[in-house]
Amino acid sequence: MTGKWKLPIRIVALGYVALLIVIPVGAVFYQAFRHGFLVAWHAVTTADALHALWLTLLVVLIAVPLDTAFGVGVALILSRRRFPGAWLLDAFVDLPLAVSPVIVGLSLILVYGKTGWFGNWLAARGIQVIFSFPGIVMASAVVALPYVVREVLPVLQEIGTEQEQAAATLGASPFAAFWRITLPSIRRGLAYGVTLTTARVLGEFGGVIVVSGNIAGRTQTLTLFISDSIENLNPVGAYAGAVILALLSLIVLAVLGKENEGRKHRWRSRSEESPSDLEELSLLTTSVSMSPTAH
Amino acid sequence: MPDSTTLLAGHPGIAGQSASRVPPRPSGLPGTLKGALNRAGGPTLAVTYLSLLVLLPLAAVVSKAFDSGWGAFWKAVTQPEAVAALKLTLICSLIVAVFNSLAGVVIAWVLVRDEFPGKRLVGAVIDLPFALPTVVAGLTLLTLYGPNGPFGVNVADTRIGITLALAFVTLPFCVRSVQPVLAELDRETEEAAASLGASPAGVLRRIILPSIAPAMLAGAGLAFARAVGEFGSVVLISGNLPFKTEVASSWIYSLSQSDDFGSAAAISVVLIAIALAILFGIGMLRRRFDISEAI
Repeated sequence: MTGKWKLPIRIVALGYVALLIVIPVGAVFYQAFRHGFLVAWHAVTTADALHALWLTLLVVLIAVPLDTAFGVGVALILSRRRFPGAWLLDAFVDLPLAVSPVIVGLSLILVYGKTGWFGNWLAARGIQVIFSFPGIVMASAVVALPYVVREVLPVLQEIGTEQEQAAATLGASPFAAFWRITLPSIRRGLAYGVTLTTARVLGEFGGVIVVSGNIAGRTQTLTLFISDSIENLNPVGAYAGAVILALLSLIVLAVLGKENEGRKHRWRSRSEESPSDLEELSLLTTSVSMSPTAH
Repeated sequence: MPDSTTLLAGHPGIAGQSASRVPPRPSGLPGTLKGALNRAGGPTLAVTYLSLLVLLPLAAVVSKAFDSGWGAFWKAVTQPEAVAALKLTLICSLIVAVFNSLAGVVIAWVLVRDEFPGKRLVGAVIDLPFALPTVVAGLTLLTLYGPNGPFGVNVADTRIGITLALAFVTLPFCVRSVQPVLAELDRETEEAAASLGASPAGVLRRIILPSIAPAMLAGAGLAFARAVGEFGSVVLISGNLPFKTEVASSWIYSLSQSDDFGSAAAISVVLIAIALAILFGIGMLRRRFDISEAI
């Protein structure tokens, strides 16, 4: 497979990537600025556009920390404790990956909407979730839920618990042990997970369009602003908004690329157990059959 | 077994032994109270968060789908527009999964075996669809291959457009699942086969393909599962023409917009079942062939 085949294969591969990804993305940048920078600038500084940008950032500021705290917590629980039903928790965390974002939105309406399970309870307390800010945050948090767990859990399983135990033996509080020992060792995986979460929340569309009601200037995020601009024949607004989101995701991509360099664990199977986990398992042979290996 | 798990559930690290080895921690709270809080608090919080955001809402979808009995469910799933949407979704997803897993091998091959200037950049570009918001992805393709595209190719409002959008968003899965396997492939076997007179095609068919087939299949599965639920990138280019270019997720969207939650939930259940079956299959593949995780 060398020699004369190398060049044709390279051309086919690069040609496909160019036609499918590079040229289309480049075209959006061109379209946004073809009437000049000022036109694009005015299109994204209208009241509606600025509100959409502000709303998107606000959703990121709330949903990402929530998912991060949940992700680290679940990864700690799954890697440090054996309890009945652990495999279920492990499997359920991945559910949002298997579900269309539109279904995520629908599912939230069915629980928190006017006719939903908690509808009356929420209405009696004057809380509006659907067609309002909390619903947007929830939909965004759901679709990005698995990433931190999936990035942090393999690292925690790999590093084991010996250092934490040593710290505890020397009198460190659990909080200090976490802050000084665990956090520094999961830093890389955590950064990667948070980056993925942020990218996903920034760009979420399907889930948000279902629960938000898409009211310009009120419940319209940047992705909804883009799709609205296309429908309302405001192409410059759509392209300029897309450029903002694309630039944000390029930043994300740059971070991903950088983190990828030093990350070997990512390609490693999660079924590998660290030594201390094995010791633990040997004490709990009865529950081994129930414990999670891979999903 | 219940005894051992309840006894050991709360202990981090080497369960059962830590009690005798670790001295009492210097803390304000009595050890047992703190232990109890710690034991119950973490998992309870995590399970509550997961329940409020994912489990209850998805349970509500399933419950809503069968609210009015099997008959209503069956009617919602078999009504002509639903059948057309599901068929279109599955066919387009299948085409994309097959085509992209072939393209994925070629691209991964170039990334692993080929050397050319800018290779690292191509490697980064592959992840772009993963980081780019789906609505921006749809806009990029619409710009280049829509009514005003520079190539004079217009696939807007066609099934080719849908396939193109799905190809865009699923390409990273297909490349990234094959790439690590290809990188670890033993080149000596290939060289030995070649020196014994095997043609490049023979080496590809007898040596390379068998080794990367499971990874290809896993990548195709991930791509298919993603494509079945895809919404944001598809809606802009598909035009959502009923019976022609309306995919399942946008059918769910329009049903939920017209408050027909029962039918929307029924189609959702079908989509979720398909995606779960595929993800389960991929899990089995991974365990059987020890393939690393791609996402």
